Amino acid sequence: MEWETVIGLEIHAQLNTKSKIFSGASTQFGAKPNSQACAVDLGLPGVLPVVNKEAVSKAVRFGLAVDAHINQINVFDRKNYFYPDLPKGYQISQLELPIVGEGKIDIMVNGESKTIGVTRAHLEEDAGKSIHDLYDDYTAVDLNRAGTPLLEIVSEPDMRSAEEAVAYAKKIHSLVQYIDICDGNMQEGSFRCDANVSIRPLGQKEFGTRTELKNINSFKFLEKAINLELERQQDLLEDGGRVIQETRLYDADKNETRSMRSKEEANDYKYFPDPDLLPVEVTNELLEQIKQELPELPHEKKARYVESLGLSDYDADVITSSKAIADYYERMIANNSNAKLCANWVMGELSGALNKEQLDISNSPISPEEMSLLVERISDNTISGKIAKDVFKALWNQEGGVDQVIESKGLKQITDTGEIEKIIEEVISNNSAQVDQYRSGNEKILGFFVGQIMKATNGKANPKQVNDILRKKLA
Amino acid sequence: MSLDNKEVSQIAYLSRLQVEESSLESITADLNNILNLVEQLSELDTDSVEPMAHPIKMTQRLREDVVTETDQSESFQSIAPKTGKFHYLVPTVIE
Amino acid sequence: MEFHELTLKELQKGLSNKEFSSVELTSHFIKRVQNSELNAFITITDDLALVQAKKADSIIASGKMNDLTGIPYAHKDIFCTLGVKTSAGSKILDPFISPYDATVSEKLNDSNAVMLGKANMDELAMGSGNENSFYGPVKNPWNISKVPGGSSGGSAAAVAAKLTPFSTGTDTGGSIRQPASLCGITGLKPTYGRVSRYGMIAYASSLDQAGPMTQTAEDAAIVLKTIAGFDERDSTSADKTVPDYEKSLNNSLEGLKIGIPKEYFSEGLDDGVKQKILDAIKEFESLGATVKEVSLPHAKFAIPAYYIIAPCECSSNLSRLDGVRYGYRCESPKDLSDLYIRSRSEGFGDEVKRRIMIGSFALSAGYYDAYYLKALKSRRLISNDFQEVFKEVDVIMGPVSPTIAWDIGSKKDPVSNYLSDIYTLSVNLAGLPAMSIPAGISDNMPVGLHIIGNYWTEERLLNIAHQFQIQTDWHKKSPKGID
Repeated sequence: MEWETVIGLEIHAQLNTKSKIFSGASTQFGAKPNSQACAVDLGLPGVLPVVNKEAVSKAVRFGLAVDAHINQINVFDRKNYFYPDLPKGYQISQLELPIVGEGKIDIMVNGESKTIGVTRAHLEEDAGKSIHDLYDDYTAVDLNRAGTPLLEIVSEPDMRSAEEAVAYAKKIHSLVQYIDICDGNMQEGSFRCDANVSIRPLGQKEFGTRTELKNINSFKFLEKAINLELERQQDLLEDGGRVIQETRLYDADKNETRSMRSKEEANDYKYFPDPDLLPVEVTNELLEQIKQELPELPHEKKARYVESLGLSDYDADVITSSKAIADYYERMIANNSNAKLCANWVMGELSGALNKEQLDISNSPISPEEMSLLVERISDNTISGKIAKDVFKALWNQEGGVDQVIESKGLKQITDTGEIEKIIEEVISNNSAQVDQYRSGNEKILGFFVGQIMKATNGKANPKQVNDILRKKLA
Repeated sequence: MSLDNKEVSQIAYLSRLQVEESSLESITADLNNILNLVEQLSELDTDSVEPMAHPIKMTQRLREDVVTETDQSESFQSIAPKTGKFHYLVPTVIE
Repeated sequence: MEFHELTLKELQKGLSNKEFSSVELTSHFIKRVQNSELNAFITITDDLALVQAKKADSIIASGKMNDLTGIPYAHKDIFCTLGVKTSAGSKILDPFISPYDATVSEKLNDSNAVMLGKANMDELAMGSGNENSFYGPVKNPWNISKVPGGSSGGSAAAVAAKLTPFSTGTDTGGSIRQPASLCGITGLKPTYGRVSRYGMIAYASSLDQAGPMTQTAEDAAIVLKTIAGFDERDSTSADKTVPDYEKSLNNSLEGLKIGIPKEYFSEGLDDGVKQKILDAIKEFESLGATVKEVSLPHAKFAIPAYYIIAPCECSSNLSRLDGVRYGYRCESPKDLSDLYIRSRSEGFGDEVKRRIMIGSFALSAGYYDAYYLKALKSRRLISNDFQEVFKEVDVIMGPVSPTIAWDIGSKKDPVSNYLSDIYTLSVNLAGLPAMSIPAGISDNMPVGLHIIGNYWTEERLLNIAHQFQIQTDWHKKSPKGID
């Protein structure tokens, strides 16, 4: 029996607004428990919600970034259930009329591009935290998080493998950071993925029964959890059993998924429009303003890099994967027309050095302008590509500016043909044995000569010129 | 529409209310009387009528994203039935 | 004359002229409150009141007094008051000392009015006779074996018995107007959105409105001026300037067009009440108004629509009362479920539980369209009726209650209680402003006249009421033995 996997993802992205979605309390992470839960967040009798404009704007920004329909009139509904970290006994969410409608996003899997549909994205408030292991006989409730704005992004069930799911999750993850609506910090819970997984016989139109996987806080675990669940479902169905629609928690330690006792035993949320709130109108003015403020989106930038700058698909993808990298790169090529070489250096040396010290490119000790100049000095033949790596190290260690370093370390390339000729002639005359070897057919020995010449010039001879002249002289 | 005792018990649970066995019968009767009363609405033809959730025709005012609240946790927790040093406490919940 | 025989306006003048102090005034009323057996108050804030009165006096002395400086009032126990118990008439909030002030409380504090105490009310604003309070029923000062009306029963009784110059009330289905009618005082429910709901414990969010309860329309105008206004903490608060409601009180009623809905004068209306209403309406004709019959064809559907919408909204609004962060918690809960169920079951009274359950049912899967959605659509039809009528007339008049006050304990059946709200409910559904003013005595009990205006016409309503009160003296009648 051949099975087809069907996966949909529900992503909860915490919006990085300063204050909560319905109150003026702070959303800062890590504060003393309950110090950021104001009267409205606590659900005191008589309090009322007022909508945060920035949360609305950020949701719209996301909608625009995934080419989605924006519901300019959208409504908040109450989702009613009882749980200690839900102070009002209902969560304010959006059901029938979410702020963002249908959209789409492209992902790359194994070099192939695929379009994944976004069904909708809506605004809602986060719940507080229930901590079960702080006290023996009690569950402790911290309501700091209650009221933090969430954007729940629902995908179409378009993914057909765990890899595609991870690629989509990563794409959304980088996008929300790119457009500055979410800090993407999965450890702090700012970006949470739930997966809806089902399988069906290949060729069947109807979807199989799906299960929902929760408690996944890394992309690695996302892939693991999905594959585990697919295996479980396949085994179950092949043994003649049935998949029950349920929520399953992923346990990273035990590497298994297990059925979760629901928070709300009766899944009747009794949704109805929140009578304390009025329909939200995203006016044409606001929409225009948000469109104006939207940065060039990753996929637009990537297309421009490929078409106008001649970067490869792959290179363009990497550079536009994060806003920080893209911004850095943009600053480099502002003064440098060699887009490809700049890209190589960003993705090569710079990336390597940053990764080694676990630095973000926005904290790079070398400014984009300096990097740009370094690349320029390669292009104008002042230094060779190899020597440039030494200059790079010096720049990294804050030893000075590009030209300063080249000057002080005497790293200028030797491009004077006459000078190079002289040195080559000297090396040749001192190594007649190797000359004979070369002339008798040993091509590889060329490297020896190059090495000698580089030694004699402290690596500063222009490699191309060396090669050309060497070959001529040895011929 | 008429509710039976079982349904009333379910509705009670949905609202986290308990109905004593001894009162179940009379509460069910009360609720059915109320349902009888409200069923009159079915006489109205409302097919092409737009629902009126609010008496005022206004859209939601949007607040500026500014932090306006300070830490009043001490004062708020002083009126709580049971607290730990920093937290509200409820009987242990098993997830 | 004794302080309690003066209107708010007269007290204002007296304070301003330094004829007496707020402390004197306050002490006088506190004594009356403490000696009263009407059970109109849940909490008497005598110490706090004297502190406020002293402060008011110093403000008056410095010449900075405003409309309500130094004037005592009873505050319905539905408004959160910082540091003072706020119970909403319910056991579930019996332990609740509010850590914050409602906007209305703030406004009254800022104007240096003096809070005598928190007025008794039907539990969580659900009831029409103030018989549903955890703190016991309130007695009607006109006849202590009768109900004062509800849910603002304590507020109404306090004004009627002259325990206070004014009270605050709230009105979701008639809870200001009906007790005003049954107690022979003046009550105003403003247009929805006129007064902030922030800090007002919510019953039905799309219907609740706060308003003044006073002896006269002039007094109501003064109070409304202070408590009305845009509040950024309430999304349903209207950003409209607050006019000086006193300014137009003396406008002429010449040319006023009054509509009398025929649906309000059919069966169920007590004959004695009917006669008084018709007599009162005749008064207006002598003031230059014309009267015509109009129709509100969907009038009778107000009851079923209301008794779906209000329970639905309140079933959700009251979910926060769960024994976790404040209020009543049951003894030794075994687990979370037990905590919720017992705290709520022990904390809520029967009427509240009934309405929560009806609401839960109506919102539950499969029933939403047939009940809640249907009710919202019916609401539109009811509201449209008024708009049609207001094309022909300026105001609508009729009875507030089909009967005079009934005996405490006589209405055992919940539904029969609901039916007595027939005239007042549709006003809340439409969000319109309306008043109840004393218009007669029938069988020794007061009868109130209902005056309904179009949106934002409070000035006109107060003007109409004031002119009636110049022409007649029903509002001056007091229950026997309250001195």
